[in-house]
Amino acid sequence: MNKFNKILAFLFFNLIGLNTFAQEAEMADTMRANGKIYVVVAIVLIILLGLIGYLISIDRKVSNLEKRLPKK
Amino acid sequence: MKKNWWKSLSIVLLIYTVVGGFLFHVPRLTIVNETIRALYFHVPMWFGMVFMFLASTYYAILYLRKPQTIYDNYSNSFATVGLVLGMLGIVTGMIWANYTWGSPWHGDPKQNGAAIALLVYFAYFILRGSVTNNEQKARLSAVYNIFAFTAMIPLIFIIPRMTSSMHPGSGGNPGFNMYDLDSKMRMVFYPAVIAWSLMGTWVATVLVRIQLVKEKIEDLEDEQIQ
Repeated sequence: MNKFNKILAFLFFNLIGLNTFAQEAEMADTMRANGKIYVVVAIVLIILLGLIGYLISIDRKVSNLEKRLPKK
Repeated sequence: MKKNWWKSLSIVLLIYTVVGGFLFHVPRLTIVNETIRALYFHVPMWFGMVFMFLASTYYAILYLRKPQTIYDNYSNSFATVGLVLGMLGIVTGMIWANYTWGSPWHGDPKQNGAAIALLVYFAYFILRGSVTNNEQKARLSAVYNIFAFTAMIPLIFIIPRMTSSMHPGSGGNPGFNMYDLDSKMRMVFYPAVIAWSLMGTWVATVLVRIQLVKEKIEDLEDEQIQ
C-alpha cells in the first residue's frame, strides 16, 4: 500500500509539475483571445493567393507562347 | 485541367498550411514559445530544396545516360528552384535563430553545413555561366550536379548529427523528438512539405517551358538566316 501511495504521489506531483511547466511558456494567448490572429492569417493568405494568381497568369502566358510557335 | 490536378493540390495545401500553421494547436514550450510555428514555414523550405535538388540530380543522370537537351533543361530548372528555396530557408532560419539562440549566425554545424551546401550549388550556376558551348555546358554541369548533391548529403544530414548542434534534428536529437509532445504538428508539417515541393515543381516546369520556347524561337531565327 505504501508503495502504491508513493507511485500515486509521484504521478500526482509530476502531473502538477508538468502543468506548471506548460503554463510557464509564454504564448500569444491574448492575440488569439481577441481574434487579432485572424488579421494576420487574412494578410498572409492574400499575399499567398496574390502570388499564386501571378504564377497562374505566368503559366497561361507561357501556354499562349507555346501555341503560337509552329509544332515540329 | 485534369492533368494539372497536382497544381490545384499544391494551392489547397498551401492555403491549409497558412490557416493551420497560424491557428491550430501547438505545444507550449519555453524559449521557442509561439515561434514554434515557424517550423511550418522554415523547415518545408529545406525539405522542398532537397526534393528539388534530388529531381535535378535525377535529370543530370538521365542526361549523362542519354544526352538530350530537355534533360539538361529540367536539371537546371529544378536546381534553380531548389536554390531559391534554400536561400529562403537560410534567411528564415537566421531570423528564427536570432530570437531563440541569441544571434542570427550562431556558427551552428547545421547552419554552416547548409551555407556550404548552398555555396556548392552557387558554383553550379557559375559553372553553367562560364561555358559557352551548350553541349559542354550540359555535360559538365550534369557531372558537377551529381557531385553537388552527394556533397550536400553529409553537409546537411550527417555532420550536424555527429557533433553537438543546437538545431533540432541534430547532435543526438534526431527527428522531431523535441516536438513529439504534440504529434498534431505533423498534421500541418507534412502537408506543408508536400505543398512546397509541388509548388517548386510547378515553378520548375514553367522555367523549363520558357526555355523550350526560347530554344524554338532561336531555331526559327537560325532558319531565317539560312
